[in-house]
Amino acid sequence: MSSTASAASPNTPYVAGVPRRIPAGELRARIPGWGADLDPADRPSVPRERTDLSTGAHWVFPEQQPEHQPRERSVEHAFLTPVFGSSVPLKGISGAMRRYAYRYSEARAAHWLILMAADRVDAGGSHLRSLLTPHPDNPVTETGVLSEFSRHGLSSRLGRNRADVKEQAVVPFVAAGPWVMAGVGGYAVFRAVRRAVGR
Amino acid sequence: MRSMVYRGPYKVRVEEKDMPVIEHPNDAIVRVTAAAICGSDLHLYHGMMPDTRVGTTFGHEFVGVVHEMGPSVENLKAGDRVMVPFNIYCGSCYFCSRGLYSNCHNVNPNATAVGGIYGYSHTCGGYDGGQAEFVRVPFADVGPSLIPDWMDEEDAVLLTDALATGYFGAQLGDIREGDTVIVFGAGPVGLFAARSSWLMGAGRVIVVDHLDYRLAKARTFAHAETYNFAEYEDIVVEMKKTTDYLGADVVIDAAGAEAGGSFLQNVTASQLKLQGGSPVALNWAIDSVRKAGTVSVVGAYGPIFSAVKFGDALNKGLTLRMNQCPAKRQWPRLFEHIRNGYLKPSDVITHRIPLEHIAEGYHMFSAKLDDCIKPLIIPNAS
Repeated sequence: MSSTASAASPNTPYVAGVPRRIPAGELRARIPGWGADLDPADRPSVPRERTDLSTGAHWVFPEQQPEHQPRERSVEHAFLTPVFGSSVPLKGISGAMRRYAYRYSEARAAHWLILMAADRVDAGGSHLRSLLTPHPDNPVTETGVLSEFSRHGLSSRLGRNRADVKEQAVVPFVAAGPWVMAGVGGYAVFRAVRRAVGR
Repeated sequence: MRSMVYRGPYKVRVEEKDMPVIEHPNDAIVRVTAAAICGSDLHLYHGMMPDTRVGTTFGHEFVGVVHEMGPSVENLKAGDRVMVPFNIYCGSCYFCSRGLYSNCHNVNPNATAVGGIYGYSHTCGGYDGGQAEFVRVPFADVGPSLIPDWMDEEDAVLLTDALATGYFGAQLGDIREGDTVIVFGAGPVGLFAARSSWLMGAGRVIVVDHLDYRLAKARTFAHAETYNFAEYEDIVVEMKKTTDYLGADVVIDAAGAEAGGSFLQNVTASQLKLQGGSPVALNWAIDSVRKAGTVSVVGAYGPIFSAVKFGDALNKGLTLRMNQCPAKRQWPRLFEHIRNGYLKPSDVITHRIPLEHIAEGYHMFSAKLDDCIKPLIIPNAS
């Protein structure tokens, strides 16, 4: 058969044929449950919007959760939502950055980029502060790096033809970044104190 | 109580934290008996999700026992064994009243583009998650369900997100009898999406990943054909060849923000955080699907821009469908499928880790060590 004839076989998109199909009976015999949801109209998320589902809500609008301290919110919301998470309230420099970020809408890159920068400041500052507590950050236990030994780190990678080995080589630099920041910050504080004492 | 705590990118530890309290009349406090680490938790762990604060407890896949309830809770009582969907939702807003529980407008003050999710940064509402001994569960009359007596607790954990999301991803593909379906990503969600595609009548299911052990699971668990993209110069061309140059009818992106396959995309997204995610799998999906086909996206991406090949999607006339899964909406049908023996979700669990060792669990899962597919976390109090 010539290559042109092959290209024009009924299974290619170059002619108006139909693709090869495995008979349904064969699939039903081989795959448990094959076709149990065959009818596209009888699937749980079809149609996408349904107003006949019972949710268990026994309110028209939920009661408001008390706001014990000012809670940041998107400027795209008309008001503070009736329920919200209360974990880790804003504090310190990262808190000020985050509060500033919430002045911008979610449509603005500034909103997200300031939040990302605040996350890095938060991580660096937290490492630094932890050094003043009885439980300083421990880069060995907190990175879980010891599982490299207990969970076959080498044999999980070598000879496995994995695509992510090169990318993982960058990880130590990312993970160490906040410690480096904390070290630089600590040294700057130390120098400032020494200068002040020396005056 | 003992609780997993985020300490910055690639760093977590277990700390003593205050017990959660009832903050709203319809709250419940649940004692966690099993939780899971989700592939999307790794986006937080890697510092990719904006407004992930040091001190946050992750975990949006968990089951447990009702410990305490607010005064307006009617449908639960102390001691009930419950499964909690990863979505926090009110059940009464514009979106919830239309079944779009993952898009609830009453639970996330920090963003309007996403609903509330347990332990998934302040961008998703600032709630602590379930990788702890106890967790606050808002709208206890709406989200949690009793775990049926016949259901294994480990199957129930996977219903709270991974299985529901994979099944939802197959539905978004609008699969018709005989369709060829490609799934990018052989993690738990990808495995469940592949398995669910058969339920909807797929004629061929192909799973693509770069981890051989996960592809082996895709062959046995999901009865799929598999391709390791690391073995091919261009996986899109291979997908065209295997579909007689037509392309697949449906492609599901179950990889999301940290897909491998492009050093540049991965480093700019996962490491340098300059993109909301590495859209390698999404771009492959757009290029592997046939013209006028459907791309379903259930892999998670952050809110920052990503370098997606939108022109190809336009020129091919594709239908792109995506959302966070409204998990509880899938449960009645998934209960049937589990009971009928069509699905056994806990088959994808590979590791069970005490809460105290969670740092090792995160590293193992993140670095894909020890053939890890799905790790469960077992809190001390359970």
